[in-house]
Amino acid sequence: MSLDTATVRRVASLARLHVDDAEVAKLQAELNGILGWIEQLQAVNTDGVEPMAGGAVTSGAMRLREDVITDGGIPEKVLANAPDREGEYFGVPKVVE
Amino acid sequence: MRATDFTIAGALTALEEGAISAEELTRAHVAGIEALNPRLNAYVTVTAEQAIEAAQASDARRAKGEAGPLDGIPLAIKDLFCTEGVRTTAASRILHNFVPPYESTVTTQLKRDGAVFLGKANLDEFAMGSSNLTSAYGAVQNPWNRRNDPDTVLVPGGSSGGSAAAVAARLALGATGTDTGGSIRQPAAFCGVAGIKPTYGRCSRFGIVAFASSLDQAGPFARTVEDCAVLLRSMSGFDPKDSTSAEVAVPDFRAACGRSVKGLRIGVPKEYRLDGLAPEITALWEQGLAWLRDAGAEIVEISLPHAQYALPTYYIVAPAEASSNLARYDGVRFGLREDGRDLKDLYEKTRAAGFGAEVKRRIMIGTYVLSAGYYDAYYLKAQKIRALIARDFTEAYQKVDAIVTPATPSAAFAEGENTDDPVTMYLNDIFTVTANLAGLPGLSVPAGLDAQGLPLGLQVLGRSFDEETVFAVGSAIERAAAFTARPRVMA
Repeated sequence: MSLDTATVRRVASLARLHVDDAEVAKLQAELNGILGWIEQLQAVNTDGVEPMAGGAVTSGAMRLREDVITDGGIPEKVLANAPDREGEYFGVPKVVE
Repeated sequence: MRATDFTIAGALTALEEGAISAEELTRAHVAGIEALNPRLNAYVTVTAEQAIEAAQASDARRAKGEAGPLDGIPLAIKDLFCTEGVRTTAASRILHNFVPPYESTVTTQLKRDGAVFLGKANLDEFAMGSSNLTSAYGAVQNPWNRRNDPDTVLVPGGSSGGSAAAVAARLALGATGTDTGGSIRQPAAFCGVAGIKPTYGRCSRFGIVAFASSLDQAGPFARTVEDCAVLLRSMSGFDPKDSTSAEVAVPDFRAACGRSVKGLRIGVPKEYRLDGLAPEITALWEQGLAWLRDAGAEIVEISLPHAQYALPTYYIVAPAEASSNLARYDGVRFGLREDGRDLKDLYEKTRAAGFGAEVKRRIMIGTYVLSAGYYDAYYLKAQKIRALIARDFTEAYQKVDAIVTPATPSAAFAEGENTDDPVTMYLNDIFTVTANLAGLPGLSVPAGLDAQGLPLGLQVLGRSFDEETVFAVGSAIERAAAFTARPRVMA
């Protein structure tokens, strides 16, 4: 599978990455190089193989904790690194007209 | 003996005997950092004042008989571990101003045991790289140089390049790292130090900036295998804040370093005898196996038939998880913000300005392989091959107790070598990446020098949660190798 420039732009948009026109061609070549190399995996027979999810063979179901509040009441800590804030809220450009 | 030249075990004895104070030990390292860090760039942030205060507090604890198992030991912390009140950048522009309001579990435990933090070690941006060249805060110099070409600057490996360089150059007695595809073991080998990636789930991932969550594991660097064992014990243990943290007891890893390897069966994967592998690497590998045979171990050829697919599998799984993990950097809650005409434009401009080229490449690959229509062909396929790679190990470990391989396909390279093509760079992790995919422990131990006088490492892989055998085999190699070579640049 080879990516065309339109696909590169679509993926960049999905990934919320602004790319200049000049970057598109470079990314296209690099991504196609990597994807071409990955293509060898299609030759592996994986019929009937359960996909491994998670980081360990032994890992069964994810552990669940009690559904109780364990944190909170720390707005200053939460907002300490905010690029923009209004009161106890994160500030962003107007979303709804 | 210079204070910066202690092993951790030796320093703990000297501190206990009163031969040196924690403050003296820390001041010696701070002086070394002031002299050499401008050149090596191993630290992104140096916290000299806090380190000296922490060392004084350590001396006070020891005077009261309340010293912890790592009390007064100065360490470098990879700048991927969140440290409360100390800037944590992940070597990215997007986190250039991020000061975490909380502490990672691993660093919390190191502090609990009395360790002193000298500063935050440089790395590849978001731990994506094998050279430390992708750091937004500049490359790290390897303190080693080629014997007949001493002016060419070599890379320390990556992604934990600053950690490995700091330990090798005597700018810390030990360091933390993380390893997603080889990011502890490859730089350890390039810098002539020891480093271990423990079993997935051994160390909590809480508070470590996430790259690929099913592969990321923290681990230590030090100048001896025993010192790695001492550090790993403090770093390990169950943590309810990480849902993948393993609820298993932490053994005395240090004691395991003294275990005999007599009667152990050591596996040699025939698939790793690659065409074109450098003769020096092959020779070192054979030498390592001969040492183990002399120590009473039995060498057994094994097969890992899917190992050849590990790297391309990794380059689907890791970018997929990274594209998801890095979605949080949007310029809204923390980190860099670039203004835009609307919210989407703000996201796109922030991320374009904040991420470097390698990070963008991996986000793009990850987004593509997870996108509608391609998920089954790429991501699901990779997860199935991952299961086959893990199964290969399960079957191998029915015949052997540990596996020994080269750590890397070459010694440290220079900036400009290996960097023109991403895939060539990715091949650095060919021997290390399988352990991440299978979630198994792997240790890199310095075992010799190449013809240019550069360090080479051997890798010891073990069964799930059997780091003890890994430490025993690694220590046996270390004793036989008697690696005493030192880098040219040293405090």
